[in-house]
Amino acid sequence: MNLLLVLQDPNTQWVLMGCILLGISSGVLGCFAFLRGRSLVGDALAHAALPGVCLIYLFTGSKSIGLFLIGAGIAGLLATYSITAISRYTRIKEDTSLAIVLSVFFGIGIVLLTFIQHSASGNQSGLDKFLFGQAASLVKSDVITIMLVAGVLILMTTLLFKEFTLLSFDPGFGRGLGFPMGLLDGLLMLMLLMSVVIGLQAVGVVLVAAMLIAPAVTARYWTDKLGRMVVLSGTFGALSGVLGTLISTQQENLPTGPTIVLSATCFFLFSILFSPRRGILARFYRFMKLRNKVLVEDVMQSLYECLEEQAGRSRVGGVYLGINEADIAHKSGKSMSQVRKALSELTRKKWVAERAKPGKSSAWTFTRAGLQAAYAYILNQRLWDLYHMTQNQYHHVQIDQSQEELAPQLSDEVLAQMMAQLEAYDLTPKLTEGTTESGLYLGKQEQGGVSL
Amino acid sequence: MNTFLIILTGALVAASCGFLGCFLILRRMAMLGDAISHAILPGIVIAFLLSGSRDIVPMLIGAAVVGLVTVLIVQLLSQNGVKTDAAIGVTFTALFSVGVVLVSMYTAQVDLDLDCVLYGEIAYVPWDTWQWGGIDMGPRAAWGVGGVFLLSLLIIGLFFKQFKLCSFDPALAAAIGIPVVFFHYLLMTLVSLTTVAAFESVGAILVVAMLVVPSATAYLLTEKLHHMLWISMGVGVLCSIFGYLLASWLDSSIAGAMTAVSGFLFLLAFLFSPSHGLVTRMMTRRKMRLSEQA
Repeated sequence: MNLLLVLQDPNTQWVLMGCILLGISSGVLGCFAFLRGRSLVGDALAHAALPGVCLIYLFTGSKSIGLFLIGAGIAGLLATYSITAISRYTRIKEDTSLAIVLSVFFGIGIVLLTFIQHSASGNQSGLDKFLFGQAASLVKSDVITIMLVAGVLILMTTLLFKEFTLLSFDPGFGRGLGFPMGLLDGLLMLMLLMSVVIGLQAVGVVLVAAMLIAPAVTARYWTDKLGRMVVLSGTFGALSGVLGTLISTQQENLPTGPTIVLSATCFFLFSILFSPRRGILARFYRFMKLRNKVLVEDVMQSLYECLEEQAGRSRVGGVYLGINEADIAHKSGKSMSQVRKALSELTRKKWVAERAKPGKSSAWTFTRAGLQAAYAYILNQRLWDLYHMTQNQYHHVQIDQSQEELAPQLSDEVLAQMMAQLEAYDLTPKLTEGTTESGLYLGKQEQGGVSL
Repeated sequence: MNTFLIILTGALVAASCGFLGCFLILRRMAMLGDAISHAILPGIVIAFLLSGSRDIVPMLIGAAVVGLVTVLIVQLLSQNGVKTDAAIGVTFTALFSVGVVLVSMYTAQVDLDLDCVLYGEIAYVPWDTWQWGGIDMGPRAAWGVGGVFLLSLLIIGLFFKQFKLCSFDPALAAAIGIPVVFFHYLLMTLVSLTTVAAFESVGAILVVAMLVVPSATAYLLTEKLHHMLWISMGVGVLCSIFGYLLASWLDSSIAGAMTAVSGFLFLLAFLFSPSHGLVTRMMTRRKMRLSEQA
């Protein structure tokens, strides 16, 4: 109920409107800043605005937001130019030049600010509010300014979307196509600057940077397409604006700016944990799945090779074949519990079967389907081994090494050549269905387990 | 006397920041100083709320812990595929927001308002003295910063070779068995400690500026790391002296004026450094062109 009451207050409506628009425009522009590797430029520009605002106040004595915007804009341009100049003409890296410009401009700004405060020109309190942000103090005229600027920014981004895309991903190519990349880059900086300046009054110097970064990083977690990323980022920005404003109205002494930033951070944290493809949980799940797959494959391989050795040793029609868990563990270098886990997984697939020897530990063999699968897997492994051993012979063959299967990538001719080579190295997998049926071991077919 | 104490404190801050800043800019972590100095705000506030006093020790601990947490989070995020600059940006703004919210919610009644935490006021340093056994030992801030300065001098002096190698070639350092990660966090601990020791008395602006600007100036003036360290400390001391003079002339913030002076000194180095200066190199180029024509 309280919330509804608050929403009916016209002043809150203006603040809310202002914060939403800010969220959208900085979210949208933040995407491009993020992709250009310039996330912290917003921070630098926000700090650099201080001397500009102070100088404007010193010269004109007025506190109109429009004039402040101009002053901040000029100072911001100077700062942008300085950052570029320092990293271009010296060996100082971009991040250091950013930090230099940020702190020096802010220092000069503080000098001017305290100079103004001490020089008794009286009513300068609005300056602090402007710089350190007080969304609650936004009034209708401020919001209209914000609305105009944000509207222009969003419109320009829409119009220049293709150009900015080029700028973000391949400025060199863009230059080749004849687009004025330097000009576009400057324009983007100018637009960033404008969104920083209109944000200053609502969230303050430090936090305006957050509004550029957080929604963009958040959006990056949900999509690989720039268009969608920009839309999402704007949405996240707007939502943070709404949430932050509403939460801060519910509690006394809760400043709006930081609440907005914390809302944006919450969206970010949620995304980094739960986003379906790049989120930590999703990746952890994939990692565990992969680890399990590798374990099962390793155990399968070990079982196969143990059986192969046993078959090689045993007389035809002779011994009962089967491998116990300890041998598999020894062969594969896994712990007993890991081997058991993998075996139970394989049992579930009906690829292996357990046969208890009377009075002794159980032994494992493949089922018919399991042997087929294991044969295919082992053959593939050994083909890869062979390929890596004798890569020189096969450098003319196009192979995608990231693929799991090798055989389908080979022509019949090459495959035949490799199979012959395997034979020569005595690496051909020896257990096939054929060997079983031709009676390497003649026994009763029991419970689906293949007798070898 | 007060003038001397203010300049002394300023010089101590500038020297210890400049000293550590050299390593920061060599490792391309200049913005991390800025990030830490903002991010430790919640640490300070929480320490303040828990201990109930403005004593420097709990604040130092609180801030240093949060400073390290910041570094950890940034590292964690970059390992999870967030670009480093974005990771820094997200982390410090979020922590700073937490700090601001805490300040405005819990400390409205007591003397820890935002301006004071953010700016600090070096002009009040001489009056905030440390009483020990009834004897006035001089400004608390000077002792705090001086102590941390000595500590970082000692640690960096002891492990100078390791720090040097880690800064220039971390891969080689790791290969020959230097615990790179350990030294990274050791350096970050020192940065956090210095930041917070200076924070309370001189404010964030000065700390951030002194971490970067004097060392960047020194970077333009020499090719040797130990020269760079000395020059950066010297530049810091100059900033303190001339900053104080400028501030008393304009009747403005001393920390701000010191920063402005550091910017001016950097500009001088940028233009006239014997090896890297813009003007110097232009002159050399012109001379070469003239001698070619002759």
